[in-house]
Amino acid sequence: MPTMKAIPEPPRATSACSRSLLSIASLGVDEVSAILHLATELEQEDPVARARRLAHRRVALLFYEASTRTRTSFELAAKGLGADTALISSQSSSIEKGESLKDTGITLRALGAECIILRHLSSGAPYLLAKVTGLPVLNAGDGMHEHPSQALLDARTMLRALRRSDGVPGETLLQGMTVAITGDILHSRVARSNALLLPRLGARVILCGPPALLPEVALELGPGISIERDFDRALKQAQIVMMLRIQKERLTGVHIDLEEYTSRYQLNRERLRASAPEAIVMHPGPMIRGLEISSEVADGPQSVIAEQVRNGVAIRMALIHRALVEQTPHTREPAAGRPVKQPGTKKRGRA
Amino acid sequence: MSAMLIRGGHLVDPSAGIDADRDVLLKDGRVVAVEPPGKLNAAGKQADAEIIEAKGLVVAPGLVDIHVHLREPGQGYKETIATGTAAAAAGGFTSVCAMPNTVPVNDSVETTRWMQSTERNPSARVFPIAAATRGSTGEALTEYGSLKAAGAVAVSDDGKPILGEAIMHQALAAAARAGIPVIQHAEDTRMTVGCSMNAGALAFRLGLRGMPVAAEAGLVERDIRLLSELKGGRAHLHVAHLSTAAALDAVRKARRNGLHVTCEVAPHHFVLTESEVGEYNTNAKMNPPLRAESDRKAMLEGLLDGSIDCIATDHAPHATHEKEQEFERAPNGITGLESALGLALDLLHRKHKASLSRLITLLSTQPANLLNLRGRGSLISGAWADVVIFDPKAEWTFRAAATRSKSSNTPFDGWTMLGKVRMTISEGRVVYRAD
Repeated sequence: MPTMKAIPEPPRATSACSRSLLSIASLGVDEVSAILHLATELEQEDPVARARRLAHRRVALLFYEASTRTRTSFELAAKGLGADTALISSQSSSIEKGESLKDTGITLRALGAECIILRHLSSGAPYLLAKVTGLPVLNAGDGMHEHPSQALLDARTMLRALRRSDGVPGETLLQGMTVAITGDILHSRVARSNALLLPRLGARVILCGPPALLPEVALELGPGISIERDFDRALKQAQIVMMLRIQKERLTGVHIDLEEYTSRYQLNRERLRASAPEAIVMHPGPMIRGLEISSEVADGPQSVIAEQVRNGVAIRMALIHRALVEQTPHTREPAAGRPVKQPGTKKRGRA
Repeated sequence: MSAMLIRGGHLVDPSAGIDADRDVLLKDGRVVAVEPPGKLNAAGKQADAEIIEAKGLVVAPGLVDIHVHLREPGQGYKETIATGTAAAAAGGFTSVCAMPNTVPVNDSVETTRWMQSTERNPSARVFPIAAATRGSTGEALTEYGSLKAAGAVAVSDDGKPILGEAIMHQALAAAARAGIPVIQHAEDTRMTVGCSMNAGALAFRLGLRGMPVAAEAGLVERDIRLLSELKGGRAHLHVAHLSTAAALDAVRKARRNGLHVTCEVAPHHFVLTESEVGEYNTNAKMNPPLRAESDRKAMLEGLLDGSIDCIATDHAPHATHEKEQEFERAPNGITGLESALGLALDLLHRKHKASLSRLITLLSTQPANLLNLRGRGSLISGAWADVVIFDPKAEWTFRAAATRSKSSNTPFDGWTMLGKVRMTISEGRVVYRAD
């Protein structure tokens, strides 16, 4: 089923599409390795040379939802590569007047944008934008769906915190590691992207939370995922603990007793000491201190939360580079009227 | 009016129990005679009938779709009665029942009459279904008696389920007095806030809120209970676009208990599953949503074993700019009039070996009977000259761009269909002829 489709779908993997990042699932493990490797290469490069890589190239940041970390780090990443950036947010643009996502995208393309970074409150919006503009689109978080760049920066953070090399084959990068992702899984795009990525890098993922925020169906995201309702039991198995905020803005008809939630699922000093004294602690932000995580833990020695933010810039440089610079062996002539590639532009390194 | 002699075809008319070679003589918009091959030649000559050669083709009563959205009055940019019925004719349909969610809502005698006027230039007979409550707000009943007298064949608040128990009870009782069914869009909308597809693993993966099976089955069960509490037993509940095995089980059980409950299924619910949503394909977004494979199979079984009364398309045209939006924002619905026969023939007849007679029963005879459309769904002498002539073996490719509808929101673009409509005759007038 269905068996009647006689005419095959038009091929989806156009050049622009393959340089988009809409879902973490679309990246092969070797591509993940290559992105991690490129992130390191770009981070270590001389800033002057790096800023020549995408000089005069145009990147649009289209944000329909509030963001601090993601927006700033994408912007810094683009600027670090020398690209010109334009930020469009739903509050101060024609989106307020009712302009559609399609028309906004076409307008940005007409203004010379070669890549659009999209944050949107509706799941799947990046697919629409990629389809109607034909441009590479980087998903900077869409509704409850995915946040693929976050999963990549989280993987980078884990590897560095564990002092693991990113030079080994992708499938074994996180071999033997157990990651406990705890909190509002249902509404979390970060949880989805991480749960889809980490098992493919060799890690085991434990999802933890109450049924209202973590339905059983989450198990069907893919292999390597299990559900543990008891937070302490999850912690005891984990080398990496990732905490998530309760997304009050997306709770529809779900009532959570915050006091009970806090007592069962808050990561605090006592709990961490008792159940996971060696684990590293992560949080994609924004944190609600005192709710899912205590200040002592957020600021404590096991926390790599600020590292996550720092790694975001390197990962996003790699993603923007990948979106704008065609890679061999699929090299094509640059489109007419597009700026000529800078001398610094070269074939990316392979892991 | 001129006469026509359809000659050499294979007549499939379940209303008369005929599945054999027959010639059919039409005159003045009616069926005049049905006889074995050659027996009507003299009568045809006498009536100066146009000869229509139907050798190798199936001749059947025109198809009847009891669930379409023609968008007029008020939303002519999506569809008009003229374009919607042109699509109907191209799909072999000669009778369509138009849902009342127009702008304004069809809750009046005036709108009901307006929709049936020949000024709308229809290519098929339009039977309005009037709103069950004023403005379809679920608060006060409309005037069922006068709406029926004006031509309404049923009442429904399609798209806006009647949730209140008291008002649904009143609607069933009043409709029973008027001798028409209440058609319920069975969805407990308190369970589907913000939802845009079927609940389950795929919805979770895509980050979309899912409509649970219980939202449909629960309301069907509630309605059946209300029906069983009514005295007199004349009330008729018809469940629109049934999509879940659980709701079908409830309907089966109610029928075993002697209640007058009927139901319809849309082609997309026995052809497609939720996987069609894929990468947020808005042409796979409808309400009720595409369901799981087990539900799709249950719909097929129900059609084959007779527990589902008919196929209805829920033809729901939307403009391109409306479907080219974020998945959650895009409106529900797909067009269906031109693809229904091709899909039904391929899946029910070719793959699941249902007889042509069974197929015509589901697409013509039974839907006409359900809404009491006299002289439709049948080619016995005296019936309306509503005829579809199709080649049951011809394969063809459905092209959304070539649709006669004003809209092309279909997931079946590019699909191979079985059974090409060669000609559609509505009340003795040729309304569609294949090139």
